[in-house]
Amino acid sequence: MAEFSLPKNSKVTEGKSWPSPMGAADVTEFRVYRWNPDDGQNPRLDTYYVDRRECGPMVLDALIWIKNHVDPTLTFRRSCREGVCGSCSMNIDGTNTLACTKHMDDVKGAVKVYPLPHQPVVKDLVPDLSNFYAQYASIQPWLKTDSPTPQGEWRQSKTDRDKLDGLYECILCACCSTACPSYWWNSDRFLGPAALLQANRWIKDSRDEATGERLDNLEDPFRLYRCHTIMNCAKACPKGLNPAKEIAEIKKNMVDRQL
Amino acid sequence: MNDHHAKQMRTPLRQVRGLGSARSGTTHFWHQRVTSVALLSLTIAFVVIVVMLLGRNHAAAVQILGSPLVAILMLLFIFTTAYHMWLGMQEIIVDYVHDDALKLFTLISNTFFCAAVGLACTYAILKLSFGV
Repeated sequence: MAEFSLPKNSKVTEGKSWPSPMGAADVTEFRVYRWNPDDGQNPRLDTYYVDRRECGPMVLDALIWIKNHVDPTLTFRRSCREGVCGSCSMNIDGTNTLACTKHMDDVKGAVKVYPLPHQPVVKDLVPDLSNFYAQYASIQPWLKTDSPTPQGEWRQSKTDRDKLDGLYECILCACCSTACPSYWWNSDRFLGPAALLQANRWIKDSRDEATGERLDNLEDPFRLYRCHTIMNCAKACPKGLNPAKEIAEIKKNMVDRQL
Repeated sequence: MNDHHAKQMRTPLRQVRGLGSARSGTTHFWHQRVTSVALLSLTIAFVVIVVMLLGRNHAAAVQILGSPLVAILMLLFIFTTAYHMWLGMQEIIVDYVHDDALKLFTLISNTFFCAAVGLACTYAILKLSFGV
């Protein structure tokens, strides 16, 4: 059955409360999920106070400030710090989003930071996304053609290129998939919103010649049809994309080729 | 070595690909939509029929339910509801029940239950219509 409570060794306990920086007038409280695979302890929630005069405005700025000034053991992924790489996706204030584009003043009260939900945790805020990446690989995200390769480029009309808007912007941060209840219950067999949006990116590409084969590979009660249009994916997407709409389009294609 | 460890040794892609695509699910999806559309008007008809029965005595109720138009509407409503219920419950079971044996048991029970309820209702309407 679906599990509705955390296993005993995953229950989050109250952790360490680090002192507020000396003489800081303007501080923001952070409550951050900590888990170390090596110490055999349950996960805990540590409290930090971030000195706003020394720190940038985004949640990622605060995490970096904590790591530099308070606790160097705090572990998280980050790279571009401008919403392009998708590395710093985490659950902030109850919503999956990118730490680098989430303003800490948009959160009321203490800023609660957890790793992306329902994924195995490697350490602290770092989830193991192996399954997520394998799902992306399984939709074969590259141009597939059988026609002889042209001398120049594969040509595409401007209108056809426009159809890829709202798809190519996906940075595979996994905010959508890990926000999806269907993905929580069936992530081993349901591909999830991110992989399905990417699948539609190639289904819709006018240059691709494997549309039918791609649909064949998705036509499955689990891979595609676990989506019940809950729309958490669209709500979570930090890039403002709508995976639910793309999944609905794939389903429409499935019906279209039967009628 | 237990099953969990054996699974962990497989690559993530091997696990994701699993047994491959079932090449099905579209009919299920489509039938669920079609029965929903049908039930929009059939449910209104059903409610109207129930309202017509309110406060009537047994003989009048039998007469209304046995009349051809009402009986056919009721039969359509019963078939569509039972089928829609079967499809929907199947979907919920597949979502939440992950133990193979329990899944098989609940899926089969669901089929039996929907078939039995649908047929029992059908029998009742036919009995009233043909008066045997």
